[in-house]
Amino acid sequence: MKRYSALSLLAGALTGHRRWTQAWRTPELRNSYDVVLVGAGGHGLATAYYLAKKHGIKNIAILEKGHLGGGSVGRNTQVTRSNYFWPESAAFFDHSLKLYESMSVDLNFNVMLSQRGILTLAHSHHDLEALRRWANAIQVNRIDSELLTPGDVKRIAPLMRMDGRYPVHGGFIQRRGGISRHDAVAWAYARAASALGVDIIQQCEVTGLTIAGNRIRGVETSRGPIATSKLALCVAGHTSVLAAMAGIRVPVNSMTLQAMVSEPIKPCLDTIVLSPIVHMYVSQSDRGEIVLGGGADVYTSYSQRGGVPVLQDTVSALTELFPAFSRLRLMRQWAGIVDITPDTTPLMGKTPVEGLYISGGWGTGGYKAIPAGGDTMAYTIANDSPHPLITSFGLDRFASGALIDEGAASGVAH
Amino acid sequence: MMQLPCPYCGVRDEDEFRFGGQSHITRPDLNCSDAEWADYLFCRDNPKGVNFERWLHAFGCGRWFNLARHTVTHEILACYRMGEPKPNVTGGAA
Amino acid sequence: MNGPQAYRLETGGFIERDRPLTFTCNGQRFTGYAGDTLASALLANGVRVVGRSFKYHRPRGILAAGVEETNALFRIDSGVLSVPLVRATMQPLVEGLSATTENAWPSIGFDFGRVLDFTHWLWPAGFYNKTFKWPSWQWYEGLIRRSAGSGRLPAGQDASDYYQHNLHCDVLVVGGGPAGLREALAASRAGSHVVIAELEPRLGGRLRHDGGEIDGMPALQWLERAVAELHHAGQVRVLTSTTVTGYYDHDVLVAVDRSNADDPTRPVERLWKIRAKRVVLASGAIEQPLVFANNDRPGIVLAGAVRRYIAEYAVTVGRSVVVATNNDDAYRTAFALHTAGIQVPAIVDSRAVPAPELTREAAARGLEVIGNAVIVDTTGTHGVREVEVRALSGDGRSLTGASRSIRCDALAMSGGWSPAAHLYSQAGGKLRYDDVQACFVPDRCAARVSVVGAANGDFGRPLAIRALVRTPSGPSNRQWIDFRHDVTAADIELAARENFSAVEHMKRYTTAGMSIDQGKTSNLSAMSLLAEQTGRTIAEVGTTTFRPMYSPVSMGALTAGINGDRYAPRRVMPAQSWHAAHGADFDDYGSWQRPACYPRRGETRDAAIEREVLVTRNAVSLFDGSPLGKIEVKGPDAAEFLNRIYVNNALTLKPGKARYGLMLNENGVIIDDGVFACMAPGHFLVSTTSGGAERIAMWMDEWHQCEWPGLKLVIAPVTTQWAVLTLAGPRARGLLASIDSDIDFSAGAFPHLSFRMGRLAGSPARVQRVSFSGEASFEVSVPALRGESLWEAFMAAGTALGIEPIGVEALMVLRTEKGFLHVGSDTDGTTNPYDVGFGGVVDKKKGDFVGRRSLLRSHDRRPDRRQFIGLEPVSTSDRLVAGSHLMASTGGKRRSEGFVTSACLSPTFGKSIGLGLLERGFTRKGEVVTVFNEGRSFEARVVDPAFYDPAGERMHG
Repeated sequence: MKRYSALSLLAGALTGHRRWTQAWRTPELRNSYDVVLVGAGGHGLATAYYLAKKHGIKNIAILEKGHLGGGSVGRNTQVTRSNYFWPESAAFFDHSLKLYESMSVDLNFNVMLSQRGILTLAHSHHDLEALRRWANAIQVNRIDSELLTPGDVKRIAPLMRMDGRYPVHGGFIQRRGGISRHDAVAWAYARAASALGVDIIQQCEVTGLTIAGNRIRGVETSRGPIATSKLALCVAGHTSVLAAMAGIRVPVNSMTLQAMVSEPIKPCLDTIVLSPIVHMYVSQSDRGEIVLGGGADVYTSYSQRGGVPVLQDTVSALTELFPAFSRLRLMRQWAGIVDITPDTTPLMGKTPVEGLYISGGWGTGGYKAIPAGGDTMAYTIANDSPHPLITSFGLDRFASGALIDEGAASGVAH
Repeated sequence: MMQLPCPYCGVRDEDEFRFGGQSHITRPDLNCSDAEWADYLFCRDNPKGVNFERWLHAFGCGRWFNLARHTVTHEILACYRMGEPKPNVTGGAA
Repeated sequence: MNGPQAYRLETGGFIERDRPLTFTCNGQRFTGYAGDTLASALLANGVRVVGRSFKYHRPRGILAAGVEETNALFRIDSGVLSVPLVRATMQPLVEGLSATTENAWPSIGFDFGRVLDFTHWLWPAGFYNKTFKWPSWQWYEGLIRRSAGSGRLPAGQDASDYYQHNLHCDVLVVGGGPAGLREALAASRAGSHVVIAELEPRLGGRLRHDGGEIDGMPALQWLERAVAELHHAGQVRVLTSTTVTGYYDHDVLVAVDRSNADDPTRPVERLWKIRAKRVVLASGAIEQPLVFANNDRPGIVLAGAVRRYIAEYAVTVGRSVVVATNNDDAYRTAFALHTAGIQVPAIVDSRAVPAPELTREAAARGLEVIGNAVIVDTTGTHGVREVEVRALSGDGRSLTGASRSIRCDALAMSGGWSPAAHLYSQAGGKLRYDDVQACFVPDRCAARVSVVGAANGDFGRPLAIRALVRTPSGPSNRQWIDFRHDVTAADIELAARENFSAVEHMKRYTTAGMSIDQGKTSNLSAMSLLAEQTGRTIAEVGTTTFRPMYSPVSMGALTAGINGDRYAPRRVMPAQSWHAAHGADFDDYGSWQRPACYPRRGETRDAAIEREVLVTRNAVSLFDGSPLGKIEVKGPDAAEFLNRIYVNNALTLKPGKARYGLMLNENGVIIDDGVFACMAPGHFLVSTTSGGAERIAMWMDEWHQCEWPGLKLVIAPVTTQWAVLTLAGPRARGLLASIDSDIDFSAGAFPHLSFRMGRLAGSPARVQRVSFSGEASFEVSVPALRGESLWEAFMAAGTALGIEPIGVEALMVLRTEKGFLHVGSDTDGTTNPYDVGFGGVVDKKKGDFVGRRSLLRSHDRRPDRRQFIGLEPVSTSDRLVAGSHLMASTGGKRRSEGFVTSACLSPTFGKSIGLGLLERGFTRKGEVVTVFNEGRSFEARVVDPAFYDPAGERMHG
């Protein structure tokens, strides 16, 4: 029983669900592959899928030191949007959003994409000007965005307090933005890639890179050496650690990003709301939990824990805007590692080492980029040349100074 | 919540401090190459392990100082003044 | 026992029988006593069904007696409180309390949702991943969302008060049971400052219901003495109803104190931030259920909880209670039931040979022990009526022999105990699986924490547990693992079958352990079953990650009352009350409250701004610029230092002169601008934007302390020490000349961009001729406390001259007309000095300054960068708006070439004007470009930004 559908679910029900097959294989690790990807997170899994699907390259191994989808993709707050400022970013992220829109059908796995809109708030006249510039930029890029009056905002989020410490002067919304089920995205790509022949090797840690003549020859792992001529690092928060194995220093600072969920309640918030000034963003999951995030704990850390000051700041920010949530209880607080670049634009493409590719620097915005990240990385690896959508995201932009600074544009973690 | 040791004020809560990135970075002169300048400006060790880093006691004495801190356990292995050389520290428990 | 509180025992318990209370549950009235929890009172009244399960809407009863309760969730309305998802076991009974089940419809007795139980084979774990894809998830989402969520957000205000407190101590003991009390007593006697935190309302833990002896005396007597000693010890703080919810870095723990949270008239929650030199976790252990078919029926209760209800609340869960167990501990429950006069039809023990002393006592009490047997199934939808028992085969893998049915109205079950090691794990502690005790116990930890008692796997006496993953027969889709999320053994089998075999995959796929109780009574069973299904040991499977909060914490408690103005204090200027009294329309500018304008009665904002602009151009205006950043830099190397910070030359600035400067970051981007003045040799006054005041002072300090410590200078931020009143306009000089002062304001003596110090109106004063408006302008600084009185003096002296106060908006219009840059509006995260016409200054500057090297990059000097220009609409009916884009259209593909960064309807010129950044702007003056805003476009001409007085005659006059 391979295909998922209402019919196959019914058939399953009639046979006690005993005939479902594995979502992904547990293959034997071989000692050489055409392409090795390090990291079975959203980006690694998507890259492998598109390599197999669109480029016919199937002799691939994804090496994951833990369990697949256990890193950032397993921890994030699931926001999917493409309201970016610079045309290069907008094109990339909208390509990603379009792939999200067809993902459940393409991958035959319901990722529960709910395009309920993402609303960014303005808290002063100056904010409104900045938002207008941003909203126009998005419209210029032919992506949906609308400026909203305070009345519009209140209609969309009735629970919002409009006249608190930071009054709401309006906002703008991308209606195609929304949330999806983060684990499902990872599992959907894993299942599809595995079905196409990609070997997902879990519990296999890369301990060294074998480079000779400035060319990738293979990797050392906790399960033995693997030879390959194409290696891509898709390890997000651990990008510096892996790059260091190739003697490369990258412009990345790894920090902790927290998220929290409340106990599940009946629907009361139908849109994602983000306030760059008050430093938080919030949505309600389909299970009913209020999902909350804010700014990063600003210091280098791989702890994946998160501290009290940011926790309190983020919750305070939420209750400032949504006083009704004060009686809701937080059920769980977790954290992951975000790899922040100086311009909050990713690092993608080739590296100074032949055959070594990088997909990192995703910072707080990697989840929404998974499909486009995978698609463009797959092209880049297959052609040994960056995909047109990511030529501006290369490592070389730092020496030239041609940064793509989304930092000011997006405000808080997203 | 981290409790950080300021060399002037003693141990205080982390929210009194501001992180200042990696320590012991030498600022190149105007003759450096674009690549060297980019390295100084943007690249950092960002280690998963002991990090030598600068901190400012912002809501306190206002002095900058250095810490050797493990970036996984947050154990503080050394605390020393701005301008002092990098101390020898052993590993730190992982 | 009949009538109200039919299940209340006649004697015993810690309830106050002389204080009866009435309460309502789902519309029915009941009585209980002070000292009851809502759970004990419901049980006392024979209420069996206290909730409906999340997915299948099966009737559920109370499972436990403490924080691990997962079925009995109610919205509680009590006095001013209205709180959803309250566990009945943690809710003290209060007079008039009303409890409502919120996830059953139409009623708890008859819930349409139960149809999902009747069709349960259609809804295995993860069913939603396999379907609902077409046409899109959103078609189905509404229904799913409405059926999810077990409570409702209450209407109305949160009436609770919240506070936070800090505590430092030598020893923090978490848990006030026997192990914790021993530790606290020992530490206290050794002279340590001790904090002991217990999540229940009273200290004691198991001592309150397990009987027995400690140190040769009855447990309750020992408890009483221990509590008295701790309360009288000088250095011990006892916190009850306080849950330690998170263990953070460096042994800082956060606890939520709810000792007054349920006061119906004045509820209070407190957050304790505890910094301990040493932490002792005595957090006990949580009893685990047995897994068999239909193990979730109302009346099936954890054995430890059953005896707790007897001992503490004088309540029995039933009149005929079967006990089922895989360990010794549940025998205490059988004996306690029997002592209370309750019938115990059988003790069903999975071990082949239960301990002889237990079987002897059971026999003495006339209780049948059925060894080597397990519960296979139960019947009774709204309350268990009968259990089916069968013998186990030798290896425990199958059942043998005939089935036997035993009638009962409750079942006390014990599947073992699992240490509550959550905080230990949060502290980084590692756990190991103990095969003998069949649970995870603490192993080692780097933090300064030790674990004692049941939390450490030390249960007093060995449990002699025979760990069975579950009854080895019976439909696995009716064997419940996670009661809260309705996860059955079949779901975990399915997860394993589909290769979701990592423990985190199983958890997320089945959602076991992901709900409100975070798996306290389900994680261990789930992991054990996963191990069995995937052919691994439980140790190999491992645990899922432990995270705060140990039990849910209200958001209000975390904010600790830091709301509104306490959340972000509003900064007000020295003349605030004058502004307020004179009709100022305030707006938030950064953290400052500033007048945007001063509308007269009936005047619109726009009209006020226009009037204020014209009075500045034609007469004299007064502006409160107190938030202007002011930093004094003093020392022999002050000039050298500023020369390295500014793009401009600071070395040639003479005393009494001022200069406009740009500051860059190391990436060559403009981060601030402002005038810097030389007060005296080696003494400078740096002005920054109001928003940059703190940021730039810190920036300068960083460079000094970290990069150039050898430079001798002091950096002193003085922003809030000086009020700044700006007089601007053709009559400004005249006004100042009329004020008592030793400063010569005449044109020759005080040219533009000069700095003077002296006395003005009896106050020390610093005056700079700096202009943002484009008129002759004097920034007068006096000590902040004198700001308001000087304001009043200026207003009085200027009345005859037509003086008026102006706000920030008018100033923005004035400077836009003048074409003056506003950093943060006309610059963004990419704008460098070349882009704003400062190329000449940069090229003339000798020596390094912050950001210089970046300006040498070719990218920073490209001619096609966005450059600072002015704009005028071609048609007078069009209006420029900041945030519009400037469009090019090449080959049908449109592209933004820049933006409108500032814009206004100019009162001086009577037309719309703007400033912007446009690619190659310097070479495109005169060209017509397309302006795009919110879907509409019009044409505008590129012009020089200096609309008003380009030669600067007014400013220099």
